[in-house]
Amino acid sequence: MNEMLASTVSRAEVEDLLYHEADLLDSWRLDEWLGLLTEDATYYVPPNDKPNADARTTLYTIADDIVRLRERVIRLKDPNCHAEYPPSRTRRLIANVRITGVDGDLISVAANFIVHRYRHNDLPRVFVGQYRYKLIRRGGQLKIAERRAVLDAEELGLLGSVSFIL
Amino acid sequence: MNYQPTSDDFVVENPQAQSFFVNREVFVSEDVLEREKRAIFDRCWIYVGHASELKNPGDFKTRPVAGRPIIFCRDAEGTVRALLNCCRHRGALVCREREGNARQFYCMYHGWTYHPDGRLKAVPGADAYGAAFDASEMGLVPVPRLEAYRDFYFANFDRNAVDLATYLAGAKDYIDIVVDQSPSGKMEIIAGTQEYDIRANWKLLVENSVDDYHLIATHTTWLNYMRNSGVNVTPPRGQLLPTRGYGRDLGNGHLTTDNPNYRGRPVARWISVYGEDAKADIDAIRRELVQRLGEARAARVADTNRNLAIFPNLVINDGSSVTVRHFYPITADRMHVTAWALGPVEETEAQRARRLHAFLTFYGPGGFATPDDVAALEAAQLGFAAWRDVPWSDLSRGMGKPNDQQLATDEGHLRVFWRKWNELMGSRA
Repeated sequence: MNEMLASTVSRAEVEDLLYHEADLLDSWRLDEWLGLLTEDATYYVPPNDKPNADARTTLYTIADDIVRLRERVIRLKDPNCHAEYPPSRTRRLIANVRITGVDGDLISVAANFIVHRYRHNDLPRVFVGQYRYKLIRRGGQLKIAERRAVLDAEELGLLGSVSFIL
Repeated sequence: MNYQPTSDDFVVENPQAQSFFVNREVFVSEDVLEREKRAIFDRCWIYVGHASELKNPGDFKTRPVAGRPIIFCRDAEGTVRALLNCCRHRGALVCREREGNARQFYCMYHGWTYHPDGRLKAVPGADAYGAAFDASEMGLVPVPRLEAYRDFYFANFDRNAVDLATYLAGAKDYIDIVVDQSPSGKMEIIAGTQEYDIRANWKLLVENSVDDYHLIATHTTWLNYMRNSGVNVTPPRGQLLPTRGYGRDLGNGHLTTDNPNYRGRPVARWISVYGEDAKADIDAIRRELVQRLGEARAARVADTNRNLAIFPNLVINDGSSVTVRHFYPITADRMHVTAWALGPVEETEAQRARRLHAFLTFYGPGGFATPDDVAALEAAQLGFAAWRDVPWSDLSRGMGKPNDQQLATDEGHLRVFWRKWNELMGSRA
């Protein structure tokens, strides 16, 4: 990390954003969560067998542009979203937060996650992996321009669907 | 006249009452599952993989097929093989990686090595064996039968089975429609595998994959997304779906839906979701189709959506995008699903990206539709805990109509699966 970056963003500020985001997602305040994103944000869950491949040439589990991401939130708030109605109870633990680089005004961040997910009539499921963010400062606020949840599991297997925002 | 079944068979059909029932014991019984493994999975042609997954000599993929560990590979001469991944010496896997390129398969237990065509290559300390030990008989065991249709490879564990082309019967025509999307007749499996478990009996996914009756109730949020994106998904009065499609019997237990498209197709029907700037490109794909195939065949390829179920456990959905998925029971109440996207090899990067975007809108464990299918199947499996008290699943829709009038929202095509299943399983005793 270079000197200039260190003066523009601190790990504490990044952690505050990530912890706030985790709270919004775990409490299903999804419209407020959208407010943390830029107007052209993307959200990715790569396939388990090709975690570093390009979404334009590789079948992902999720590869949303902002249009589909907003539609995903509409879906998740709808009682007809059967996979998430009633909504899963999730609790995400975020650790090992690091600022990994800077490219122009984009700040790259990596953090480890454990997301516990509970549903009535269902097994507890634990999603483990790494978040990779691209953050950008807009009007004094750090915003999420790209959000990537990379799973460690070799396959989804008993994790089943990724029907909530991971 | 009794609408309800009066026997305790697994499948009870009553043409007079226009009723068709399946006993829910078939979804919960481990005993039934064991019989299925022998009577169905050991006798039918089971999907292994696609030739495009093995581009170069030495390329391999390991995956379970009909419950066995299989190495699907291309040998040094370019021949596609399916070998049982089981050392002849003491049985360990000789290949423990998901995929790769190998000059040999090496058993890490005692160091036996095998060529990619299966022949035994070397045995450490071979002098400990007697004169009768014949290395030429000790190679990896191939699946008894391996045959392909249009690059789709299938295995059969019954040496005496009919050939694959005969087995596929009318399903061949529907595979041809999928492959006709490619100017060279070459489709490829796209990188990135979706592998997930569903806590439900495997047969429920056969039903669900081709059952258009569930679309309105299960996939409301996907329809809303389409509507929000400017696609007309409102059914005309008197119809359940935006277009009137059919369910078809393709022989030998294979079946398909056959629907006029309304939801867009990368090859080649534009919808607003693709964006204005994709219009000219879709038009160009369409022109190529018409030039190559003629107007009528081009319309067949580009204006219809087909969910094809090849008995017993392969589904090729040619709808918003093309998905190839197969599934295998782990236990009576759990299956493992593997799904890929399929596309023409000629696609540009922009066309491929459009295909994948369209795929993810509907299909897969992060799509807007598949997770709700999974929820529906798991809800059914939970309900089946009451199977002794509420024993019958009703598949009677459209029973009064002739075969060629069975709608995709009827259950005539689902009955095709069940009749074949019942024939292979034999009597209950």
